[in-house]
Amino acid sequence: MKRVDLVKLELKGITKSFGALVANDHIDLVVESGEIHSLLGENGAGKSTLMNVLYGLYQPTAGEILIDDKPVKFSGPSDAMAAGIGMVHQHFMLVPVFTVAENVALGGESTTFGGVLDLEATRKKIRDISARYGFAVDPDALVEDLPVGVQQRVEIIKALVRNARILILDEPTAVLTPQETDELMDIMGQLKASGTSIVFISHKLREVKAVSDRITVIRRGKVVGTADPGASTTELAAMMVGRSVSLTLNKADAQPGEETFKVTNLIVSNDAGQRLVNDVTFSVAQGEILAVAGVQGNGQTELTEAVLGLHKHVQGSITLDGKQLLGLGVRQVLRAGVGFVPEDRQVDGLVESFSIAENLILDLYDKKEFSRGGTLNRAAIAKNAEAKVAEFDVRTQSAQDHVGTLSGGNQQKVVLARELARPLKLFIASQPTRGVDVGSIEFLHKRIVAERDVGTPVIIVSTELDEVLELADRIAVLYAGKLMGIVPGKSSRELLGLMMAGLTADDAAAQLAAAGAPVVRDPSTEEGEPA
Amino acid sequence: MSAATLQESLTTDRLAVRSWRPPIILGVLALFAIVVFGILGPGGNATFRLSQDGDAWQVPNLVVPAQGFGWFAALICAALAVQAYLQTKNVGRPAKWVTMTFTVVFVIGLLVWIIGGTKTQNITVVGLFTGAMLITTPLVFGSLSGVLCERSGVVNIAIEGQLLAGAFTAALVSSMTGNAFAGLFAAALAGVLVSFLLAVFSIKYVVNQIIVGVVLNVLVSGLTGFLFEKIMKTKVNGATIFNQPAHLPDLPIPLLSEIPVLGPTFFRQSILGYLMIVLVIAIWFGLFRTRWGLRVRAVGEHPKAADTVGINVNRTRFLNVLAGGAVAGIGGAYFTLVAVSSFSKDMTGGLGFIALAALIFGRWNPIGAALAALLFGVAGNLQSILSLAGTPIDGQFLAMLPYALTILAVSGFVGKSRAPAADGEPYVKG
Ligand SMILES: Nc1ncnc2c1ncn2[C@@H]1O[C@H](COP(=O)(O)OP(=O)(O)OP(=O)(O)O)[C@@H](O)[C@H]1O
Ligand SMILES: [Mg+2]
Repeated sequence: MKRVDLVKLELKGITKSFGALVANDHIDLVVESGEIHSLLGENGAGKSTLMNVLYGLYQPTAGEILIDDKPVKFSGPSDAMAAGIGMVHQHFMLVPVFTVAENVALGGESTTFGGVLDLEATRKKIRDISARYGFAVDPDALVEDLPVGVQQRVEIIKALVRNARILILDEPTAVLTPQETDELMDIMGQLKASGTSIVFISHKLREVKAVSDRITVIRRGKVVGTADPGASTTELAAMMVGRSVSLTLNKADAQPGEETFKVTNLIVSNDAGQRLVNDVTFSVAQGEILAVAGVQGNGQTELTEAVLGLHKHVQGSITLDGKQLLGLGVRQVLRAGVGFVPEDRQVDGLVESFSIAENLILDLYDKKEFSRGGTLNRAAIAKNAEAKVAEFDVRTQSAQDHVGTLSGGNQQKVVLARELARPLKLFIASQPTRGVDVGSIEFLHKRIVAERDVGTPVIIVSTELDEVLELADRIAVLYAGKLMGIVPGKSSRELLGLMMAGLTADDAAAQLAAAGAPVVRDPSTEEGEPA
Repeated sequence: MSAATLQESLTTDRLAVRSWRPPIILGVLALFAIVVFGILGPGGNATFRLSQDGDAWQVPNLVVPAQGFGWFAALICAALAVQAYLQTKNVGRPAKWVTMTFTVVFVIGLLVWIIGGTKTQNITVVGLFTGAMLITTPLVFGSLSGVLCERSGVVNIAIEGQLLAGAFTAALVSSMTGNAFAGLFAAALAGVLVSFLLAVFSIKYVVNQIIVGVVLNVLVSGLTGFLFEKIMKTKVNGATIFNQPAHLPDLPIPLLSEIPVLGPTFFRQSILGYLMIVLVIAIWFGLFRTRWGLRVRAVGEHPKAADTVGINVNRTRFLNVLAGGAVAGIGGAYFTLVAVSSFSKDMTGGLGFIALAALIFGRWNPIGAALAALLFGVAGNLQSILSLAGTPIDGQFLAMLPYALTILAVSGFVGKSRAPAADGEPYVKG
C-alpha cells in the first residue's frame, strides 16, 4: 500500500441555503493533515449539510474549499473522491443485494478488456486493507447479511480503496454497540497514524473527547467556537446548546403500582425455527421503567415486534390489563393503548414524504378532533403540529415541511412527540435517543420519566448502557434470546457487562463478589456522562 | 460478540414454525392425479411425434399407454405427498427434491392425460415448439426491454407500445424500400422514440412511470391505427403497396438444424431468432459481469449510493431506457418481417404485457425471462393445437395457466421474486 500524502483542508465562508433556510452560514474550518477534527452541534445545526458540501453532493451557495491552500471546485462526489476525500454517511450508502466486493468496486471498478469486471482485483484490495487494519470482512458476503458494524467497515474500506486522505465519519457510532465503538476508535487511531485526516461527527461527548485533536462547535449553522478535547463534557454541552445542560437525570424513585403488563413464556422464532426470544417471562408495573439491555441482536427487536403484533411465529402470552395482546394486529395493539417508538425511524416510524404535521397524527387521524366524517380538519392538525414542534424543540422552518428534510435527530423527536401524545397504558421505545443531541436527550429523558410518573408502565430497549442506567428502575438483560435476569436500576456496570456476556444474574453477582467488585453502583463515584 | 457464536447459542426448534400448507397442497394434487389421470384416465396410447416428415434424422415416435402411465404418475405423486407429510411432521418442512420431483411428474402426467384425451391421441412435439417460437420471440425481446429498463429503476409498461411501433414501422419501411433490413433498423428507431418519451417524462419530469407507460401504449395504438387506415390501406393500382413488407429470410444452420426437436426450434430461424439468443446471453453477461452492469444494477437498487460514488443516476437510466426501446422495437419487427405477411391494427395483442409477466416470472434476469417466455410460448401454442385436436379440458383454461403461475410467482409462492429496490422510483437529487 502506498504511503498516504499529507494534506491540509480548509473551508472558507461556506454557506448553504435550502430556500429561505440557511443550514450553513459562513462556516470556516481548517483540518490539518493527520488530525482528528470533531464537529459538535445540536440536531439540525448543519453538520451533515456541511459534510455533504465538502463531499460534492451539495453545491455551496457561497464560499470555497481549499486543499493544500489551492481552491478546488467539486461538481460531484467523483471530484471530491479524486481530491482524496472519502465519506461514511450517517445512513449507509451500500447496495444491500451486492457483495462487499461489488460495493467496494462500484464507481471505481477494476476491469479487464471491454469493461469486464475484475472483482478479483477488488477482493485483493479488500483483503490487503482488512489485513492492515485488522478488519474481518469477507469480500464475498452479501451486505444485507452483515451486522451494521461490519457494514460500516465496508464503508471505510470503500473510502480507503480510493486512497482517501481525508475521511468524513458522520455519526458513525450511533448504530454501533459499545464494543464496536471501541474497535472503531482503534481504527481511527491507526488511520491517523498512517496520515489520514478524519472529520468526526458524534453526539456522544465522551467519544469526541477521547479521539479528537480539535473540536469545532456549530450552532444553528454558524461556528460558535473551538474547544479543547480536555474540556469537560458539561462545558462542551453548554457550548453546543448555548445554555447549561444537566447531564444526569435526577429522577425520583419509582412508585410502582399494579403490574398491568405481563409477558409469560414468550417464544419468538424465525422462519428457520431458531428461537430469537426463548421462554421469556417478566412483568412491568404502572409507574416504573423497565430497561431491556443487551448487545444488539440478542432478541430485543423481536421482543418488541412480538408485543406489537409484527412477528409471525410467537408462542406464549402477552397481556395488558388482563387483555391478551397476542394474535392482535398492530392497529388493535396500538388502539389498546400501546405507544411505540421503533428502532429504525426511517423504515417504521415515519412517512418521509408526508409533512411533519401529518406524521404527528399518523395513528390519530380518525380521532374526533382531527377528522370529521372522513375529512381531515387541517386547522386542528396544524395547531397540534405547532404545539408539538414547540414542545419537543423540533428544528424546522415550518411544520408543513416534509419529514424527510429534517436532520436525523429531529426526525426522532417527531416520532416521540407523536407517540407520547395520547393517553397510554404502555409505552415501549427502542433506542429512543438514537442520534439525538445532548440537550434534546435531557428533554426526552425527562419526558419519558414524566410518562412513568403519570402511572404508565414504560419499557425502554437500549444498547446504550448509559441510557439504561440513566432511566431504568429495573433492568432486564437479554442474551441469545434468553432472559439473564432482572436486576435493580442501581446495579453496577460490571454486573450488567457480565450478564450481557451470557451469565445469569446470580452467577454474575457471585463472580463479582468473589472478585470483590461492586454489584451496586456507587453514585458518588459516577461521573456525569450523557448517554 | 461475533454473529456466528450468537447464532450457535440459539435454540432451534423447526417444529414450532412448521407449516402444513405444502403437504396439504401436494396431497390434494395427488388425489386429483389418482382420480383424473388414473381412474378416469383415457384408454389407448398417447403418441409424441419427435420428427417431421422431411427431417434427415427420423426419430421414432414416443408412445405411452395413457391410462397406465396416468396410474404410474399418480402413484408416484401420492408417494411423494406422503413423504412430504412425514418430513413436515418430523423435521418441519418437506425437502426441496420432493416438491421438485412432484412438480415434474405431475406436469408430465397432465400432458399425457391431455394428449390421450384428444381424438387423434398424438402431438407433434416439433410443431409444438416451432409454433411456440412465434409467440416466444417477441416475448423475449419485450422482456429484455423490460430487464434493461427495470434493472436501472424505470418501470416499463410501454413494452406493448414499443412492440407495436416496431411492427408498424418495420412493415411500412420494408414495404417502401423493399429492404427488410431497412425495416428492421427503422423498427429499432421507432422503439427508441417511444422510449425517449418514456424517459423524458418519467426521468426528467418525474411523472408517474406507470401512467406515462399506459398513456404511451394508448398513443401508439391510436397512432398506428390511424396511419394504418390512412396509408397502409391505400391502394395503388389495386394493391396495398405500403403493407407488403419484404421478409427476413430463414437462415438454417447446417448440421445443427438437423438435431431432432432442438434443430427446427432454434436453428432454422431468421436472423432475428439468432439475434434473440445472442441478446439474451449478451445482456445477461453485461448485467452480471461488466462494469456497465454493476452500475446499472446499483442505480436500480440504491440510486443514492450510486450517486455518492460518482455515478450519474439519471443519465444511466435514460440510456438504458433508450436501449430497451431499441430491443423492443426490433422485437416488434418480428411480427411483420417474419411471423406474418403484413401489419394489422393492434396486432401485438397484449404480448407486451405478457412480456412483463415473463420478466417478473424470470426474476428480472435475462435468462430467466427468456425461459419464462419459452414456457408462455409453449403453453400458448399447446392451447391452440389442443383446441384444434379436441381436448377434454377447455383450451381457454390451459391458456390461463402460465399467468396463474406468474401470479403465484409474484406473490412469492414459487420461490421469491424481488424487483430491483428502486424500481419505479424517480431519483431527485437532495
Ligand atoms: N435537502 C434538504 N432540504 C431542506 N432542508 C434541509 C435539507 N437537508 C437538511 N435540511 C435542513 O438543514 C438543517 C441542517 O440539517 P443537517 O442534516 O445538516 O443537521 P445535522 O447537524 O447533521 O443534525 P443531526 O445531528 O440531527 O444529524 C436542518 O434544519 C434541516 O432540516
Ligand atoms: Mg446529521
